Amino acid sequence: MSEADNIVVDTTTKIFQDLCDPQTVNAAAMGEDDGWKAPLWSALEDSGLTLAWVPDDLGGAGASIVDGFAVLRVAGGFAVPVPLAETLLAGWLLARAGISSPRGAMSVAPVRSDDTVTLGDDGALLGRARGVPFARAADHLAVVAEAGGEAVVALVDRAACKLKEGVSLAGDDKDEVDFTGVVPIEVAATDGIDSSALMLMGAAVRACEMAGALHAILDISVEYSKERVAFERPIAKFQAVQHNLARLAGEAAAAIAAAGSVAEAIATAQVFDDRIFLEVAAAKIRVGEAAGEGAAIAHQAHGAIGFTLEHVLHRYTRRLWSWRDDFGSEADWAVRLGEMVAARGADELWPMVTQH
Amino acid sequence: MPSNIEFDPIRLPPEAEELRTEVRAFLDEEIAAGTFDPETAPFTNGFNREFARKVGAKGWIGMTWPKKYGGQERSFLERYVVTEEFRAIAAPTRVFFTADRQSGPVLIKYANEDIKMDVLPRITRGECCFCIGMSEPGSGSDLFAASTKATKVDGGWHINGTKIWTSSAHLADYMIGLFRTSPPTEENRRHGLTSFLVDLKNTEGISTSPIHQMTGDADFNEVHFEDAFIPDDHVMGAIDDAWKQATSELAYERSGPERFLETLYVLVELVRVLGEKPDVRGAEGIGRLVAQLHTLRRMSVSVNGMLQAGKEPVLEGSIVKDLGTNWEQDLPARARDLAAFVDPEAGNRAAFDDLLQYATMIAPKLTIQGGTREILRGIIARGLDLR
Ligand SMILES: Cc1cc2nc3c(=O)[nH]c(=O)nc-3n(C[C@H](O)[C@H](O)[C@H](O)COP(=O)(O)OP(=O)(O)OC[C@H]3O[C@@H](n4cnc5c(N)ncnc54)[C@H](O)[C@@H]3O)c2cc1C
Repeated sequence: MSEADNIVVDTTTKIFQDLCDPQTVNAAAMGEDDGWKAPLWSALEDSGLTLAWVPDDLGGAGASIVDGFAVLRVAGGFAVPVPLAETLLAGWLLARAGISSPRGAMSVAPVRSDDTVTLGDDGALLGRARGVPFARAADHLAVVAEAGGEAVVALVDRAACKLKEGVSLAGDDKDEVDFTGVVPIEVAATDGIDSSALMLMGAAVRACEMAGALHAILDISVEYSKERVAFERPIAKFQAVQHNLARLAGEAAAAIAAAGSVAEAIATAQVFDDRIFLEVAAAKIRVGEAAGEGAAIAHQAHGAIGFTLEHVLHRYTRRLWSWRDDFGSEADWAVRLGEMVAARGADELWPMVTQH
Repeated sequence: MPSNIEFDPIRLPPEAEELRTEVRAFLDEEIAAGTFDPETAPFTNGFNREFARKVGAKGWIGMTWPKKYGGQERSFLERYVVTEEFRAIAAPTRVFFTADRQSGPVLIKYANEDIKMDVLPRITRGECCFCIGMSEPGSGSDLFAASTKATKVDGGWHINGTKIWTSSAHLADYMIGLFRTSPPTEENRRHGLTSFLVDLKNTEGISTSPIHQMTGDADFNEVHFEDAFIPDDHVMGAIDDAWKQATSELAYERSGPERFLETLYVLVELVRVLGEKPDVRGAEGIGRLVAQLHTLRRMSVSVNGMLQAGKEPVLEGSIVKDLGTNWEQDLPARARDLAAFVDPEAGNRAAFDDLLQYATMIAPKLTIQGGTREILRGIIARGLDLR
């Protein structure tokens, strides 16, 4: 579905325009004023957006998977610095295990393929998860844990966990969470969702946010280059600037296409099979590459002003750089995708690419 | 104003996927019958009239065109599948590719009924090869500097001048040529050019001389016109107004699978040469290339699907061509790097090296032919409202 005719997207856009204008948020953040946060979060909660992926009977809004991804693309376009994506993901995960979602902010764990959390026979968790986005802002965490070789989903009270606080490159919370000894509020078996599935879904979520942010920095850069005058004309009139922005448009376009593709693929998939793996890996790799290239071009087009704390550009570019690393970097996914392609062999490459 | 860049996540419909199975079976048969050899196909010019006639008999040339002209009235997404399957295996499509993609649609739009009934069915049967006569010695990127002249005479026009870099002109039956019918005006330097259908095989005063390319091939030509007579009804579109005629076909032309699959064989052989268990460096390299390929293809399918649905993704089409041609151009260098530590005597290393060398040599043309990268980026910049 295209964005224009989507009511969920319109609602989301309106909320962000009113309550999360990047310029306003940036100015507030410089003054260490986070008064904008509470009204934004309650507007998101009241409209059901935070639990978009949770069915009605589990306490959510029951929006479609595709709509949820579209919301995240809009959120990326506003460089949203609250745990909307993380809460959506947590709600999705809990729902797949039939667990009702509580109100309030949530996050998920583990978010790296080399972290594992286990559930012991005594009913307590063991293990830690590094780099968990917005852990300290969350009231609850949705955790994929191993219990006797099976994956289970656990709803955990965040206050019960030990946190080692950190910040992401974007300045957002990114904490290490130690679950050892924590007894979950609720545990349930899943319908085939394990920690790799959470990585797949998380990577797709970040791809959609990054696509939105790339589209935004393209627009910001185009506008700026039409206004900024040098050598007595708008810099947009210089061919070198035009060609750089054309390249930025290409990177944004690739991101939009890859993110849209993975969102549609997940929305219509029955299971997380190899086809979904290809879609997710391709999106996270290609969008991550676009984030690096695109951010560099946007900064170059802005000159010094884009390097200031006062300008909004960094709200996007720092998030782009940071989101690249979440749920597996380009390099992580590329190695795994490359291994899969190699194992299948040269003659299966084209059939695999054209499989859908 | 926010830029409007949208890629609907379009999947190929079931009928297109059925067609793919049919196309693959056909290609397997042709390979088995020796019509072409995929191992050496990249080195050949792909001009094969026998293959073209067989593809025509299948109904896969001009397949979106009206039935009365020999077409099948099938969708652009079905055409997409046929095109990408042919490209991926470097099938010899040179006889019909240009006519199928560009020239046929021009005729459908601008030719009179007699010409359409005469030429289009022959294209669809694979019997008719087209070439494009735009570039001249003094007019490349700046098309509007074209000076090959069309002078009005009784019942038609006399053409005088030289076209250059004309691919397949030595083999083609027809050319769609761009000639000067009036000088440019003060206000509009694009004024004065007209598009013509030229019957290369049955017109006096046209001579073709091959130009050798750096690979040793001679696929393009200089075409000289000396009082070559073209009848009035061979004018395609409005006189002096050719500049207005580039329309939505451009988006099809820019966004097709041929815009990123030209050197695909290098990637396939790279996977083979690195083996089932590549090291981390090899795996990462392959993974990135496949991610980029997949994304390009999803973009290209999307643009074609949006066009089929009546949208006008003109900016998106140009972007696909820019990203695609740069990708296929970079591919040989990246493959070379990734294969750097593979034993020279290993498995398919020799075959890989041959293909790599060839792809390295042809790589420069990929961002020149059909409009250079710089011109294309200018078009994208205009789409972004920067100029
Ligand atoms: C393999 C091959 C097949 C071809 N087949 C055909 C064919 O069948 N029919 C046909 O008509 N033509 C054909 N061409 C010609 C092709 O269309 C032209 O080469 C192309 O349009 C560029 O023109 P040019 O070579 O004269 O380069 P020029 O226009 O002289 O350009 C030279 C360089 O200057 C740059 N440049 C030019 N203008 C600008 C500008 N305004 N801003 C920035 N940079 C600029 C170009 O990007 C390029 O890098 C073919 C070319 C090749 C290589």
